Amino acid sequence: MKPSVFEYHSPETTEEALGLLGELGADAKVLAGGQSLMPLLNLRLTAPGHLIDINRIPELRESARMNGTLRLGATTRHQDLGRRADIADCCPLLREAAVYIGHPQIRTRGTLGGSLAHADPSAELPAVAVALDATVVVRSVRGERRVSAADFFTYHLTTDLDEDELVVAVDFPVAGPRQGSAFGEVAARFGDFAMVGAAAVIRLGEDGKVEDARIVCSSVAGTPKRVPEAEDVLRGQEAAAVLGEVEGAVARTLDPAPQPKVSAGYKRRTAAVLARRAVESACQSALRRMS
Amino acid sequence: MNPVVVVTLEVNGTRQQVEIEPRTLLADVLREKFSAKGTHLGCEHGVCGACTVLLDGEPVRSCLTLAAQAAGHRVETVESLAEPDGSLNELQGAFQKHHGLQCGFCTPGILMSLTALFRTTQHPSEDQIREFIQGHICRCTGYQQMIEAALDVSEHAGSAR
Repeated sequence: MKPSVFEYHSPETTEEALGLLGELGADAKVLAGGQSLMPLLNLRLTAPGHLIDINRIPELRESARMNGTLRLGATTRHQDLGRRADIADCCPLLREAAVYIGHPQIRTRGTLGGSLAHADPSAELPAVAVALDATVVVRSVRGERRVSAADFFTYHLTTDLDEDELVVAVDFPVAGPRQGSAFGEVAARFGDFAMVGAAAVIRLGEDGKVEDARIVCSSVAGTPKRVPEAEDVLRGQEAAAVLGEVEGAVARTLDPAPQPKVSAGYKRRTAAVLARRAVESACQSALRRMS
Repeated sequence: MNPVVVVTLEVNGTRQQVEIEPRTLLADVLREKFSAKGTHLGCEHGVCGACTVLLDGEPVRSCLTLAAQAAGHRVETVESLAEPDGSLNELQGAFQKHHGLQCGFCTPGILMSLTALFRTTQHPSEDQIREFIQGHICRCTGYQQMIEAALDVSEHAGSAR
């Protein structure tokens, strides 16, 4: 099918885009990479009166590193996350997760800000943003505010964004020298929507024991699901000695709803195994960075 | 009256001004205004890959791109692949030799994705080839012959033949 009629806006500055959003509000949709919105438009599952295309705004493509933070503009493409060495140097997890997003033909268009604003619970980047303790930079004509990724996702396909607000950038803390991270997911076919996924970010102490851990599972709840019970198991421990307990804690804690062709039990067991593997691999990458 | 925009598109090196509704998909403009009917529309929601074209050299789904978004960018379709004398190019020839197509509906999209791959990687590995074919659905071949065709090009790239 084809999209229904809409008015098309292609602002060239962020201010112009915010002005349009402020004026049009709920009758407007923001078009970034279009890899989720365009199918919804084509299938007429959504029919906004106005489309605000933010692809011609240079500011939203910019990136900068400052004081231990990597700021990536909202329209940074998935492909950049997968390819750009300056991004991978700061946040290796972004590259590791980006290769799981759709296919190369999707990654050339799809954007970081779009993925977060769309907030699909099976998507990779929302889980990664929570795991990395990222901050979403949100702007409207009323001003700018910063929302931690953990608070940004409120429900299935729903975020903390108000109708007039735009994601302009995402701030990621630059990985420290004793930090390692890993991501894994299972899909029916590579590139399909994930049935379940897991990200782990581990910081080791000088002694090689776990100082801090963040474990986040995707596609097991309406939002990316952090698992503090499994993180607590790891703190102060030699990771290799408690991997089984990590897996057990994830399996006990998660309470996923079944999906067509994916039972709740399968999700729980698979998330637990993926989390265990991600923790193991994250610790190994931290050790490699330390040596 | 639905709103109309006038945009200038560059398709296979030809610039043309077109008057379109903003909701028009790039795929439809290519087929209807540029007569580039090698770009096929299968699913129209980004799953099948048949409509893949190159936008500034990168493979994109032309059903998930508005024509208006392509203004100021270079679009390349399967029509651009043949040699100047109209004969098949190396990749197309390899598809023919290895029976990389049957009905041919998905072929233009796959050729465009592989074209993008070969531009950045002269000798792609089988894994790299599979990664680029992954985003395409073919109901005839089972994919193996396309991979063999692309591997043939990969092995002989840069050598005279």
